[in-house]
Amino acid sequence: MKIPVRPIVLAGLALAFSALVLSRAQAGGSHFFPPVADLQVKEECGSCHLAFPPSMLPARSWQRMMGDLKNHFGDDASLDPGLAAKITDYLVANAADNAGQRRGEKLIRGVDASSAPLRISELPKWVREHRKVPDWEWRHKDVRTRANCVACHADAERGYYDD
Amino acid sequence: MTKTFATQLLAALLLAPLAATAAPLSDQLASYAAAAKSADPAFVGFSAARGKTLHTQAFALGKPDTPACTSCHGPDPRGAGKTPTGKVIEPVALSATPGRYADPAKVEKWFKRNCNEVLGRACTPLEKGDWLTFVSGQ
Ligand code: HEC
Ligand code: HEC
Repeated sequence: MKIPVRPIVLAGLALAFSALVLSRAQAGGSHFFPPVADLQVKEECGSCHLAFPPSMLPARSWQRMMGDLKNHFGDDASLDPGLAAKITDYLVANAADNAGQRRGEKLIRGVDASSAPLRISELPKWVREHRKVPDWEWRHKDVRTRANCVACHADAERGYYDD
Repeated sequence: MTKTFATQLLAALLLAPLAATAAPLSDQLASYAAAAKSADPAFVGFSAARGKTLHTQAFALGKPDTPACTSCHGPDPRGAGKTPTGKVIEPVALSATPGRYADPAKVEKWFKRNCNEVLGRACTPLEKGDWLTFVSGQ
């Protein structure tokens, strides 16, 4: 009798793989920030760095940031006014305090209602989540800046921040 | 009147071989050529060699993080680059990233930003034409 080894191995592999994907999706489920879905926003806000999820900042922060793209953290990110307005609408509609994003609401907890922080990486909750990251790691040549989320969160482009 | 016409004609003649391929890029090069000619009547055409120098030279006149184009684009025009914030940049060589330079507004947008970051000023039409000539021949 000949046992069909290959199909069995393949089926086993497929099973193991889907289990892996499933467990990742589940783990990610609690730390999932929907990535930017709008192609224009992705293009204009995702070329210098990760297109940060709109649910990571409150609406007033996005409005403030979009009001001065010419001086964007030392870079000139300016856009024509029509496009800037469209992008602002998208960011505001999906902001942490607008879209009913539980994760986003948690992330901006502790932010004073009268302040409009421009950095996700300076939100009190973000700072707390990262307090155990050692100094040398921030300075590592593959990290260099706190804004380089992808260096540590390999799946950040897809919205997962739990690695 | 006659002078602008002559420049345009000259530009058209200079770039005739390119016109057959990518239309938006060759149109853009033609308008840079016209501007370069009116800035300097001795202009005879763009140079990939000058473009290469522009691409690789360390100017250190803009932001400290980015002394040269290659600070972000990497040493090899056919290889990928990386922004200081860790975002991968597709190669600048047209052969390696075939869809590139098809949108003149996008090309202008990035010249405006990146020249300022590296050279601390806007690039001239001559520099833009040289650079595009360099990367589109790579
Ligand atoms: C020309 C390049 C460029 C473009 C285009 C750009 N940014 Fe930025 N952005 C930067 C730089 C540089 C920083 C600072 C990164 C650092 O601290 O290392 C930054 C930082 C940020 C931060 C703060 C990150 C943190 O530390 O939490 C946010 C949020 C942000 N950008 C959003 C946007 C949005 C929205 C757009 C689109 C309208 C955009 N960016 C387009 C260059 C750019
Ligand atoms: C130097 C590596 C590093 C960088 C860069 C980094 N993180 Fe993190 N991040 C971590 C670590 C480590 C944790 C803690 C994970 C844990 O405690 O389980 C974390 C946790 C988080 C969490 C909480 C997830 C959870 O499990 O509670 C979020 C959200 C997050 N990071 C978002 C970001 C964002 C957004 C950026 C970019 C602006 C960023 N991180 C940049 C290393 C990093």
